[in-house]
Amino acid sequence: MTMDRKIVIIGGGIAGMETAACLRDLGWTPVIVEQSSALGGHVAEWNCLFPDLAPAGKLVDSLRAKVEGIEIHLDTVIAAINYLRKGYSLVLSDGTKLQSDAVVFATGFSLFRAEKKEEYGYGIYDHVISNKDLELWFNTGSDERVPDNPKAVGFVHCVGSRDIKAGNTQCSKVCCITAIKQAIEFKEKFPKAEVYCFYMDLRLFGRKYEDFYIHAQKDMGIHFIRGRVSEVSETIDGRVFVKAEDTLSGKPLRVSLDLLVLMAGIVCNRDNDRLAQAVSLPLDEDGFFRSRDNVSQLTLSDKPGVFFAGTCTGPKTIPETLAEARSAALAVNEYLKTLK
Amino acid sequence: MDFGFSLSPSSAVNLDNTDMSLYERLCEREPGAKTCMACGSCSATCTVSAINGMSVRKVILGLQRGQFRDVEKMLSRCMLCGKCTMVCPRGINTRHLILELCRLYGSKEGEL
Repeated sequence: MTMDRKIVIIGGGIAGMETAACLRDLGWTPVIVEQSSALGGHVAEWNCLFPDLAPAGKLVDSLRAKVEGIEIHLDTVIAAINYLRKGYSLVLSDGTKLQSDAVVFATGFSLFRAEKKEEYGYGIYDHVISNKDLELWFNTGSDERVPDNPKAVGFVHCVGSRDIKAGNTQCSKVCCITAIKQAIEFKEKFPKAEVYCFYMDLRLFGRKYEDFYIHAQKDMGIHFIRGRVSEVSETIDGRVFVKAEDTLSGKPLRVSLDLLVLMAGIVCNRDNDRLAQAVSLPLDEDGFFRSRDNVSQLTLSDKPGVFFAGTCTGPKTIPETLAEARSAALAVNEYLKTLK
Repeated sequence: MDFGFSLSPSSAVNLDNTDMSLYERLCEREPGAKTCMACGSCSATCTVSAINGMSVRKVILGLQRGQFRDVEKMLSRCMLCGKCTMVCPRGINTRHLILELCRLYGSKEGEL
């Protein structure tokens, strides 16, 4: 057994970084290939994380420190992957050739493009933004769409999630708790504003999530309205007019708001198609990668030497992603030990 | 003049001009009201719900939507047996909530 075996990790988000750090700790030689110009993925663009409002930047910084010294290719995509008898041969977009014994897909997800739900007016009306835009605003404080003294703001859950017509049957898992987090943060900044969350179901599955919800109700006075927003229009004074059904009373409900935040969901990375074809791996119907087994072998693919980590196999929280990244590293470790 | 038809008023709830003052006063006296998650346990177990439509869930929702008359009607049907308090998973003292609400309706403070 030789310990200088190389593993190419596709994706430099939190899953890719954690997998790489663990593999190096186990004595192997990981290489990260990241398409953007920085490590950190989606989390690097976030402000605070549920449920304790920990700064996202701190997590990303600690992961970046963990992968220091590891070979990293930024601004680079995979141009070709070939399976040879002795592992995989990869060609990167800058012409670099890499020989690897295993490949870890840590390609993550795409955020649903909110403009696809045209009836919500993202990119059309002046005061409709996405969850990501709000995080950027928490970070920078600059976004013309966020008014100075909002009196009323709404959060729309399930934008692009649980929506067959939008091509996504899956629940994105993290938006309910993210909406509550953002609603609380918004209310803290603007205590006089009325904050409404429009939901179909509240899926608060994780530890502390339900407590966070109770906090939002009891201490922050956030209003929860069960009903999916059906359409949004702009009023003559530039506000946002929202229509929904208050399904608990069975009555139509109307409200005008100064800002509407759309909770865009987690959808499959559109690049998955190309990558899956390159190694002849099947994708699931929802466009995410298919694990060998959805209960006990999430990080394994049907191909020897190809592994998965993080949200490339479906929506996940950050702790789940990190745990899975470590699990993937162990699976790779087991596999490499079997190679002669 | 009889046209053979009449217009019914809109049943839509408009939150822009919904009067939340009574709900807010109730929350001061019974803060638990804010934590209702509309599970319906209270209504399901209510002794008189099946007979006359009493529902604590609907009382809270009605207050949030400014429908004072509907709420008042329901209040008069409650027997204050307290079974709803026993089953509420959020631990809301629903019996106290109803009593406080009756007081608000009965007092000048809660003038409607």
